[in-house]
Amino acid sequence: MTDWESLKDALAAEGYIAPADLTMALFIALKLSRPLLLEGAAGVGKTEVARTLAAVEKTRLIRLQCYEGLDAAHAIYEWNYQRQLLAIRAAAEGGETGRSVERRIFSEEFLLQRPLLQAIRQETPPVLLIDEIDRADEEFEAYLLEVLSDFQITVPELGTITATSIPRVILTSNGTRELSDALRRRCLYAHVDFPSRESELRILAARCPAVEPALAGQIVGFVQALRKEELEKTPGIAEMLDFAAALVGLGVNDLAADPRVLQATLVTLLKTEADRAAVSSEVAQRLAGRAA
Amino acid sequence: MSRITRFAARDPGPAARLAGFMAHLRDNGLRLGVSETETAMRALVEVTAADPREARLALKAVCTGSADEAARFDDLFDAYWRSDGRVRRKVVREEAAKERQHTRSSQAADGLRSESAGSAHGPDDGREDGETAAEGTGRLIASRVQNLMRQDLRELVAPEDVAAAERLARRLAAAIRDRRSRRRRAARAGEAIDFRRVVRRSLSTGGEPLHLPRRRRPDRSVRLTVLCDVSGSMTAYARVFLAFVAGLIRGEKTADAYLFHTRLVRITEALRDDDPLRALNRLTLISDGFGGGSKIAANLDRFARSYARRLVNARSVVIVMSDGYDTDPPEAMTAALRRLKRRGCRIVWLNPLAGWRGYAPVARGMAAAMPSLDLFAPANTLAALAALEPEFSRL
Repeated sequence: MTDWESLKDALAAEGYIAPADLTMALFIALKLSRPLLLEGAAGVGKTEVARTLAAVEKTRLIRLQCYEGLDAAHAIYEWNYQRQLLAIRAAAEGGETGRSVERRIFSEEFLLQRPLLQAIRQETPPVLLIDEIDRADEEFEAYLLEVLSDFQITVPELGTITATSIPRVILTSNGTRELSDALRRRCLYAHVDFPSRESELRILAARCPAVEPALAGQIVGFVQALRKEELEKTPGIAEMLDFAAALVGLGVNDLAADPRVLQATLVTLLKTEADRAAVSSEVAQRLAGRAA
Repeated sequence: MSRITRFAARDPGPAARLAGFMAHLRDNGLRLGVSETETAMRALVEVTAADPREARLALKAVCTGSADEAARFDDLFDAYWRSDGRVRRKVVREEAAKERQHTRSSQAADGLRSESAGSAHGPDDGREDGETAAEGTGRLIASRVQNLMRQDLRELVAPEDVAAAERLARRLAAAIRDRRSRRRRAARAGEAIDFRRVVRRSLSTGGEPLHLPRRRRPDRSVRLTVLCDVSGSMTAYARVFLAFVAGLIRGEKTADAYLFHTRLVRITEALRDDDPLRALNRLTLISDGFGGGSKIAANLDRFARSYARRLVNARSVVIVMSDGYDTDPPEAMTAALRRLKRRGCRIVWLNPLAGWRGYAPVARGMAAAMPSLDLFAPANTLAALAALEPEFSRL
């Protein structure tokens, strides 16, 4: 057995069933210490990869959730202004000189570390998850690029901070906008799809061992059929697991048995009103019948 | 084993073969530099490079950078490494480069691409051109339509036009953006205090924050999405509109473009090709069926249900370029635009016919669309588009 296959098994042991190309991309990213960019629809388990990797490597997961308008103050560092102001006032009363106050309030003591700075200052390499990078604006992307290639951050008042350990970086993107070529070139890439029927069955078995094999087949068949319908929000893996948990909780062991129960548990899969309306009781029964 | 490509005996070795493979990918439009070749080499050291499956997966992770590239990679891999025992001669970089100059805008590179862009033939494409065109465009240009109908896009759009359109598109995009930023500035002037500067400044006043420097949000660009009708009735205007679309895509990083006739095709990727001429070639290949009938409502609906869900948000301006002669029922048009509107975007409709004196949007599809539009304007030449700048800035 080769190294990358043992990574696959390690991920599986943590309950993450990864397709071959994702495992390989992850393996090479770890070996070459390069960031890995994961792209795919919402709900295919991109974020979960980072969580699982942190568990496999027994290290910390540091997460930076991107959003529009994310800036350096929230991603890298910020000074603790309230304390700084208090310190200045206190110093003025104690008769401390300007120079020494300045040196004191711009020291580590007053520095608030945000995810990127935290990540490069860990003793053991953490997993740094930069989630939904496509939501951040292009300026931030450019800055991130600099951090990811040099692994050092410059704080004007403190000087340059170099990484004590190189974090394992995973970026995810839902594709709401095109990422820059520079960022793509910097990263290794894997496209994550909705899992095949077999993979999804294995995921279900790993995550919800309580589900009977017959019911598991029905659940996965139903969700996979549902994904082919025209929905506003396609149910992801997390939704499928919620659905399974709901059915188990209700003591259902045949999906087609009671249309009312099925319709009620659909709240775990369908998250918009339009989708609820689109999947009427008849449609649900038809899909369940086919899945059985 | 017979499937695996045999290399010529004088070929220098695995490293050169890999370099040849990278050149092969580059010729097929993947954006790869020297550093990727090095990364690929290092990646192969980490896996069992002799195992085709592992090598394929490893190279895929290194060489691809988008969903589209990932989807094409397997074919490209097979074409190079597993071409049924054929002998591959040109593995050395220099030769590949020489060859590339010749193939730059021709079949070899684009053949594969058309495959992946796929299946452009609608069942009712093309054949009823004559009718739609005549009905749609009226007497004035009917004679030109005949000539243009059989031309492909390469002849329709000249590179100079694209350059002019690029400048224009940039101006229009800037017009919308600037307007928006002024509005934000007025509404939220200095919404947050810049603490970093407060602390800095209060040092000189003994910790007393006498000045409160403020910050406001930086200008946000809008995202332009263009849907261009290239059905039969629009053929006469295709030159202007496609040049505009090409210019927009090349000038604005965030812009997004689609063509539609009986079907909807995304052309953003194709137009971003480094080589403008090759971009047009790719466009020609994927827009097969150009000049056919028009299904505006159906295409808008398809757009609203698929791409728009990911790519259109409240900061988007969707520009539809069409004459509004639709074969779908008007109710469908209303519904499709409503659905699109729900994404929070603004919708602009540029109609080439609206420039005619005495034109009123009476075509049923157009009339049904009117209530959902933020701007309805004439446009049939680049100059007319340029004149829209003030209108755009009012959006």
